[in-house]
Amino acid sequence: MAITKARAATVTAGPHARGGIWSWITTVDHKRIGILYGTSALVFFLVGGLEALLIRAQLARPENGFVGPETYNQLFTMHGTTMVFLVAMPAAVAFFNYIVPLQIGARDVAFPRLNALSYWVFLFGGLFMNSSFLLGQAPNGGWTGYVPLTGPRFAPGLHIDFWVLGLSMLGISSILGGVNFITTIINLRAPGMRLMRMPLFTWMTLVTSFLLVTAMPVIAVALILLIFDRFFGTSFYAPAGGGDPVLWQHLFWMFGHPEVYILILPAFGMVSEVIPTFSRKPLFGYAIMVYSGILIGFIGWGVWSHHMFATGLGPIADAFFAIATMIIAIPTGVKIFNWLATMWGGSLRFSTAMLFAIGVIASFTIGGISGIMHSAAPADLQQHDTYFVVAHFHYTIFGGTILGTFAGIYYWFPKMTGRLLDERLGKWHFWLMFLGFHLTFFPMHWIGLLGMPRRIFTYYDELGLGSLNLLATIGAFTQGVAVVLFLWNLLRSRRHGVVVGPNPWNAATLEWSIPSPPPEYNFAVIPEVHSREPLWERREATPAPPAPEPAIHLPPPSHWPIVVAFGVLLTFGLFLANVWWVPLGGVALVAFGVMNWAFEPGH
Amino acid sequence: MTQAATYTHPATATGLDSWKVGFWTFIGSECLFFGSLISTYMVYKGESLVGPTSHEILNIPLTSISTFVLLTSSLMMVLALAAVQRGSRRGALLWLLLTAWFGSLFLGFQAFEFTQFYHEGLTPQKNLFGASFFVLTGFHGAHVTVGVIWLLTLWVLALRGRLGRADALKVEIAGLYWHFVDVVWIAIFTLVYLIQ
Amino acid sequence: MSARKPEKLRFLRVFRAAPLAALIACSGEYPQTTFRTVTDFGQSLNDLFGRVFWWTIPILVLVEVVLLFVVIRYRRRPGGPTPKPVHGHTGLEMLWTLIPALIVVAIAVPTVQTIFATQRRAPDEALMVEVVGHQWWWEFRYPEQGVVTASELHLPAGRPVHLQLRSVDVIHSFWIPRLGGKRDTNPRPAREGQRPKLNHLTFTVSQPGSYLGQCAEFCGLSHAIMRMRAVVHTPEQFEAWAQRMQAPPAPPAGTLAERGREVFLRSPCIACHTVEGTTARGVIGPNLTLLGDRATVGAGALANTPENLARWIRDPGGVKPGAMMPGTRAPGGGLPPTGLNDADVEAVVAYLLSLRSGE
Repeated sequence: MAITKARAATVTAGPHARGGIWSWITTVDHKRIGILYGTSALVFFLVGGLEALLIRAQLARPENGFVGPETYNQLFTMHGTTMVFLVAMPAAVAFFNYIVPLQIGARDVAFPRLNALSYWVFLFGGLFMNSSFLLGQAPNGGWTGYVPLTGPRFAPGLHIDFWVLGLSMLGISSILGGVNFITTIINLRAPGMRLMRMPLFTWMTLVTSFLLVTAMPVIAVALILLIFDRFFGTSFYAPAGGGDPVLWQHLFWMFGHPEVYILILPAFGMVSEVIPTFSRKPLFGYAIMVYSGILIGFIGWGVWSHHMFATGLGPIADAFFAIATMIIAIPTGVKIFNWLATMWGGSLRFSTAMLFAIGVIASFTIGGISGIMHSAAPADLQQHDTYFVVAHFHYTIFGGTILGTFAGIYYWFPKMTGRLLDERLGKWHFWLMFLGFHLTFFPMHWIGLLGMPRRIFTYYDELGLGSLNLLATIGAFTQGVAVVLFLWNLLRSRRHGVVVGPNPWNAATLEWSIPSPPPEYNFAVIPEVHSREPLWERREATPAPPAPEPAIHLPPPSHWPIVVAFGVLLTFGLFLANVWWVPLGGVALVAFGVMNWAFEPGH
Repeated sequence: MTQAATYTHPATATGLDSWKVGFWTFIGSECLFFGSLISTYMVYKGESLVGPTSHEILNIPLTSISTFVLLTSSLMMVLALAAVQRGSRRGALLWLLLTAWFGSLFLGFQAFEFTQFYHEGLTPQKNLFGASFFVLTGFHGAHVTVGVIWLLTLWVLALRGRLGRADALKVEIAGLYWHFVDVVWIAIFTLVYLIQ
Repeated sequence: MSARKPEKLRFLRVFRAAPLAALIACSGEYPQTTFRTVTDFGQSLNDLFGRVFWWTIPILVLVEVVLLFVVIRYRRRPGGPTPKPVHGHTGLEMLWTLIPALIVVAIAVPTVQTIFATQRRAPDEALMVEVVGHQWWWEFRYPEQGVVTASELHLPAGRPVHLQLRSVDVIHSFWIPRLGGKRDTNPRPAREGQRPKLNHLTFTVSQPGSYLGQCAEFCGLSHAIMRMRAVVHTPEQFEAWAQRMQAPPAPPAGTLAERGREVFLRSPCIACHTVEGTTARGVIGPNLTLLGDRATVGAGALANTPENLARWIRDPGGVKPGAMMPGTRAPGGGLPPTGLNDADVEAVVAYLLSLRSGE
């Protein structure tokens, strides 16, 4: 087999062979950018997790004085913003980067430098937003940033400025990333890799990328209008000037609901890779899994106002969005049933990755069911903005996205490093996190239905909710311990983990056909694909090795992405100076960088 | 942004150039961007608390001329692309410059219009019409500006003889962008100026 | 669980209204529970929730049971057979698309019915109350009775109520769980007929009592201390209350309360506060008529005792961060300190607490 032969010759030339910080700053290798995304997401995960622990410490008992309201409001705002935009999304993008080109048999993404730009803009945006903590002026308007509370009249100071400007940068990063992955998946598939042969994770990446490029411009507009209100004195959202605060809610959730599926679909993709591998069975109902993902992407655009049942849109709008929301449950349910059917009759191996994937099925289903409960608009009038909703979206985003991402990490870590994560520590990690998670969030269903609204820095003893809240706090700290175990596992296994070959799990997809870690060029010879499970098919018939290619051209490193990204940071950051022409300095740097980028030799 | 990223694969899975696919995707994203801005304008139509409002201030004859100018530039863009594809350096130089010139002319009209409005008391802070009008047309103007710079860059390339037949794709993508910006203007002109 | 009959009956009613309550109904009092609602509105919400609950929970149980079964039954065993590579089964997949679709229909129909039923126009005989959200307290205005009060929504049982909701600043959400679901209070538009719209809630309370609630839409610094309660009377008691609100008693001559009245009416307090029947006509802060009747001060921040009221007057920002009211020494809400001394505060407290129905 040609791939095997090529491996023998080139195994030392992996992407991690070259070192030095500069090589990372200028890298355009999708695998390195994937690692950068993943590492950044992990750091932000620790920040967001710390915020969560402080929140839970404050709520451990009624009328607690651990942190004051101002600090608390900053903590929950940044916890939400961080976990959505700086953890769940970039963690998924880390896998888009590292895995998708390998799964479709490509040597890189379609636009390697654009990929680097996406990363640096994301990183700068995240650091910019978090730098507000140094000034004690972290965003404090909730991750949904409802106006007029976040408008200039009710939110003086820099808090919301940091939020709105940082979020704008993250939006740019996401749009560029989405464009890149759509093009990569459509155009860079290896010969024979038809759309309906693509691995489910690649499919979900494609759907997610379409959601990114369509949903992000909508929040961009919402943010631009808020920027104009805050910096230039317009009245888009100010009732005193005729503006309508509900417009923000529409724009935000028109983005926000597709965003929910941006968060969950990649995790669905990962689970759909892990479960067949460890069941030793192909995915049950591949086509339906693909179509249901696409359908979720489409219907996801028509349900945004179910976040606004209490806003008062009138019965017709409420009825429409209630029904649309119930309908979207159907394709989601199909996915769950198909995963169960994949495992049915299989030969299940409970690796840590598999445990996390099973954890997703067990937990996400609860979040899905409580989601249907909200979709009944009148019933939601009791649940909206209470801890019942907090329970619901943590069951989907944590129980789905984060557990799913951990499945992905345990599954693909050996591909990225050539070493296994320690399975014994991994199982401790899983069980502590799984139990801690349910201990934290299951009581919140009751806490909400018994009358505790979300986003309150304190609650009164007379509500009778002290013990349930204490339970949730204990669960949160249990998860904290689990995360520490995971970090330890990560650091230890990177150096001392069991060394493995190309395909430690006996998986079926193309990324497992090349060495672990893959060489810089991924595939010595671009493979030809004949089925959905190429590596499982090959056990029976090995195709004749194609002739090796004489030379592989890879794009040289470039420092222009980080220069342009820095220009973007200046453009948005300089808004804080509150003089309209100062940000033009950043624009000039962007223009300078783009010009040099365009004429950079070798690209 | 004038490169062809086809080094990893001599041929793409669809046969389309990646830059084209990527750019079409980007245009899709831009549609949502302008769609949201236009929707904001429409939602706030007639909601201004004080004047001047659209029918008091919009100068349809003048803007019809600037619209015609921008549409004409699209035609020139087509001719520029044809010239590059033919390998005609002179044609490319002429039509690229004319496209950029007409684009600049459109921007001149817009600058004139904005100044007029300012003198008549319409600012973004004045009322909702002003806010949504300036933000919408301002972002469109910014897009035209980027387009003009792009075209001039291509023109400089042509001047230095670095825009041969093999580079037609670069011009084609610039053209895609230019036509898109034009189409957006047609939507704005219709919804903001004509239907009041 | 008590074996006494009324308790048992209440338990059963809870069970019917919303099954989750069954598990926690025995373990204490929850004044903001959504389960034991006392209005037609709340009842129809809970009925709907119960239906959705029973239609969906079986799916959850099914998934978890099948998952558990699969995990146990199909675990890898040494020397076990290689699984058959099944790629799908159209019939099965149709089945688990169609059954959820039918369930969706089963919950969509009552949902839509309830949506329209609960958003009907209020009947003409309904008692109209304007609910106004402020950072961070609630104002209740009764145009029919010419009465304005704060933090405690007085209602008659048995008569339909029409709440008209708005806000003077940011978006709040009116929520007294035992009266039914929440609704946002949107800021008042600059001009009549413009967006955002006024919101409405309509319901009839079935039994007198005191029901706790609080703001449910994050509205800034002290969102957590924007609490309220509904005080539901019999119709006769309600009329009596409204009359007393129009003409509250004056303190008897020669008492500390009377001195407090003088201090109060000379103080800057009256720039923001109203007490009916006096020259205090401020409209920015809560109306203080019959303050002595209220259970709390500072919109639920503290129990309404003389010590707490004095504490509140001295330093509202210390009790409730961001409170838009000046203290005796500290400015607040953009206003300078009131400058009242300890004796003044004591007197004003005595006066304000003397403002009560007298029973």
